[in-house]
Amino acid sequence: MAAVPENNAKPAGFRAWLNKRMPIDAFVAEQLTGYYAPKNFNIWYFFGSLALMVFVMQILTGIFLTMHYKPGEAIAFDSVEYIMREVEWGWLIRYLHSTGASFFFIVVYLHMFRAMMYGSYRAPRELLWLLGMALYLALMAEAFMGYVLPWGNMSYWGAQVIVNLFGTIPVIGPGLVEWIRGDYGIADSTLNRFFALHVVALPFAIALLVMLHLVALRQTGSNNPDGIEIKANLGKDGKPVDGIPFHPYYTVKDIVGVGVFLAIFCAVVFFAPTFGGLFLEPPNFEPANPLSTPTHIAPVWYFTSFYAMLRAVPNQQMGALIMLAAIVVLFFLPWLDRSPVKSIRYKGWMSKLWLGVFVVTFFALSYLGLQPVDPLYTLLARVFTVLYFAFFLLMPFYTRFEKTRPVPQRVTYHA
Amino acid sequence: MSDDVLNAQDTDPSRRKFLTAATAAVGAVGVVFAAVPFVASWKPSERARALGAPTEIDLSKLEPGQMVVSTWRRQPIYVVRRTPEMVAALPKHDAQLKDPKSAESEQPDYAKNEARSLKSEFLVLYATCTHLGCLPKQHFTPGDPVVGADWPGGFFCPCHGSRFDLAGRVFNGSPASTNLRIPPHRFEQETLLMIGVDTAAAPAAAANASGSHSHGSGGAA
Amino acid sequence: MLKSAAMLRALLIQVAIVSTNVAIAPVAIAQEPASAPAATEAAQPAALAEKTSAAGEAGSEHEAVRWDHWTAGNEINNIGSLQRGARNFAAYCAGCHSLKYSRYSRVGKDLHIPEDQLEEFLVIPGDSKNGYMLTTLATADGEAWFGKAPPDLSLITRARGIDYVYQFLKTFYADPNTATGVNNLALPGTAMPHVLAELQGVKAGVFRQVPVPASGDQPPTTKVEFVRFEDHVPGRLSAADYDEFVRDTVNFLDYVGEPAKARRVSLGVWVVLFLLAFSGIAYLLKQEYWKDVK
Repeated sequence: MAAVPENNAKPAGFRAWLNKRMPIDAFVAEQLTGYYAPKNFNIWYFFGSLALMVFVMQILTGIFLTMHYKPGEAIAFDSVEYIMREVEWGWLIRYLHSTGASFFFIVVYLHMFRAMMYGSYRAPRELLWLLGMALYLALMAEAFMGYVLPWGNMSYWGAQVIVNLFGTIPVIGPGLVEWIRGDYGIADSTLNRFFALHVVALPFAIALLVMLHLVALRQTGSNNPDGIEIKANLGKDGKPVDGIPFHPYYTVKDIVGVGVFLAIFCAVVFFAPTFGGLFLEPPNFEPANPLSTPTHIAPVWYFTSFYAMLRAVPNQQMGALIMLAAIVVLFFLPWLDRSPVKSIRYKGWMSKLWLGVFVVTFFALSYLGLQPVDPLYTLLARVFTVLYFAFFLLMPFYTRFEKTRPVPQRVTYHA
Repeated sequence: MSDDVLNAQDTDPSRRKFLTAATAAVGAVGVVFAAVPFVASWKPSERARALGAPTEIDLSKLEPGQMVVSTWRRQPIYVVRRTPEMVAALPKHDAQLKDPKSAESEQPDYAKNEARSLKSEFLVLYATCTHLGCLPKQHFTPGDPVVGADWPGGFFCPCHGSRFDLAGRVFNGSPASTNLRIPPHRFEQETLLMIGVDTAAAPAAAANASGSHSHGSGGAA
Repeated sequence: MLKSAAMLRALLIQVAIVSTNVAIAPVAIAQEPASAPAATEAAQPAALAEKTSAAGEAGSEHEAVRWDHWTAGNEINNIGSLQRGARNFAAYCAGCHSLKYSRYSRVGKDLHIPEDQLEEFLVIPGDSKNGYMLTTLATADGEAWFGKAPPDLSLITRARGIDYVYQFLKTFYADPNTATGVNNLALPGTAMPHVLAELQGVKAGVFRQVPVPASGDQPPTTKVEFVRFEDHVPGRLSAADYDEFVRDTVNFLDYVGEPAKARRVSLGVWVVLFLLAFSGIAYLLKQEYWKDVK
């Protein structure tokens, strides 16, 4: 019992003064040393805390970038080069932020995939999933606006294409687009308002959603790879037999995750910050030019799967609708999954097959979204779009009627 | 803790303490190194340093008794071309000054003399009142009505009334307590002044002297 | 003719301004461009026609040279190469192209160029060595003389890649149909004259017609395909020397695109090693605590 010292004596001095006025010790006891998490977390369980860490890092590097960056059509691009060349260590702060954006999505996609694998969106965690989806939307908006800020040629044309999508909304579309832009085309006003939203509004929204997401998590407790509710099996002391205190066991484990993640992250930052043109795209090293479109307009890699769907549909309005539906359908996941078991480990072969199809589809669509338009690629994009939706829309059926394996009483854990 | 799950009998508390301390120490080192780029990014950038490069002033058009205003590193600079009469009048009011020998005031070594200059003809000053930082105004005419009948000529600070003579030395009764500061400067040519670089410590500067010009390093202490 | 005379004049003026800075035979620079293009234009049509048909007869004897596979192979740590590249840029490019995000003093510091040599060979007379590397060619003049103002090259290697810039500088060839008398494989229809003609000489492009099979609703047709270069007007440098010249210049442009690159890479080694070491210690700590968990 040496892991956490028993401290029955009344804490004296400053600590006592503080605790009388803020519930610090109570918080620690409830949320850290007293919060029991399943002991069978595997590698897929690092990405939540890593997402939080990347968020903090983006805020920190973002604040320091804002000290030198200047929003404004005529000066934004120059100010970014000023940061890269003339501000001490500016190049590093910039690369941390740009690489951080891509890694934020890598981590979040892996985090979401974990939830899909282990059924972490199932009751009673539906709200947790919905809050996470709201976070995903907010993150996409934040990333999109952030990419416009350097005012490179891809910033400009990417903004042009995406904002024009809103024009497909019937009746209010064109007016809405002009309202978003604040001008008749992507302009200085667009840049400035995106700056305000990216630096102030959305970070606040994301921080709030993160807090709500954590509150919802702590309310229900974490799921685990076996999909078993550990609270159903309590020990003599009233604690889950398959649970261990978050502190010190998962604090100590998460530190390892942080170290390994930072090693990989820094390898990219220091050796390949553009990542072959995927994280920082070559056309963006040219200033925005309304009279010259880049040869291939493509969003940054984390959006290209949806972009591939948009391009696959021959009608602009339908394409936008399909793209929206692809994101919206994710919100319904808790209710589409009718399986009697939560985790993929105990579901039938059809669920496993379809999840595999989903993974392949996501990678294939992401790849296709980066390629120039081509008849073969368009055909493939259509096939994969259909498969993407099939994964979701057929789920109520194949999860309901497949044969599942029996779920064990205790979690699978090997010391 | 649930006894079913945790088996604390084999724990080695000293090993735990050591590893915790080791991890914390290495982590702290990492945090310090990580903080360096952020803290350093506040230092003047290359652009600021380039803009802070020495300022060149061409004095060939400056008439005797006239003053030119310039800047260096965002500080205002006054360069006054003093007439021989102005220079000669300087020692006469030493008794009315707080720091006539510039012992307490801030200036480069080569300006620590009666005329507080390299060449007594040219006075180079930071145009910043040593009280609270306003720009002192030029009142070179002796007896100027704004300052008073027995005013020998110099600078008058409008903010709180500090008065300085034509060598930037502060008069008694002024809120300021030290003389106007002098920036590092050098004469590239006879009439080409560079503000922001020091004159090399050479007695050659004295060879340029016209009129009374003594190195005060022996006298003042 | 009038336009090319005006451009010639512009070129001579730019070169004259720059040549005072350069150790490479200034006199030769001023003289050659006057003679070479005129000779080229007169001699070209006949010579070119000969070569094209000859190649056509030779047919598949010649494998088409894959110029678009040529790579620059830069070394950002090769200070000698970077210094030569800086000198090359100042001599041949700075007359029209600015490097507006780069400062002379920074280049001097990073490339270990002593201050006096910086002033003598790189800094445009009248500019401050602390200032940005601008060009004396006014944008309006550039547009008037070339149809398009010569772009700033600070980020050209980041925007287009070092291989593109390398290929661009090596694939100029004589073309009687353009205003400058030359064309370029990497950027067809370029408004830029072959400024390096005195070094590389002027090449003639050998082309052939190749059949294009029918596809979709397109009937079978033919297209013009590049085969190889042939010497047309000799230059001062051998092929190998010119290649080194171009590599050095591209290397320098790569440095200008991201001056912190060398620092970034060398620092990265330590950062990643440190983080791996930290992860290792943290892992030992984790294992120690997790002994508790059965």
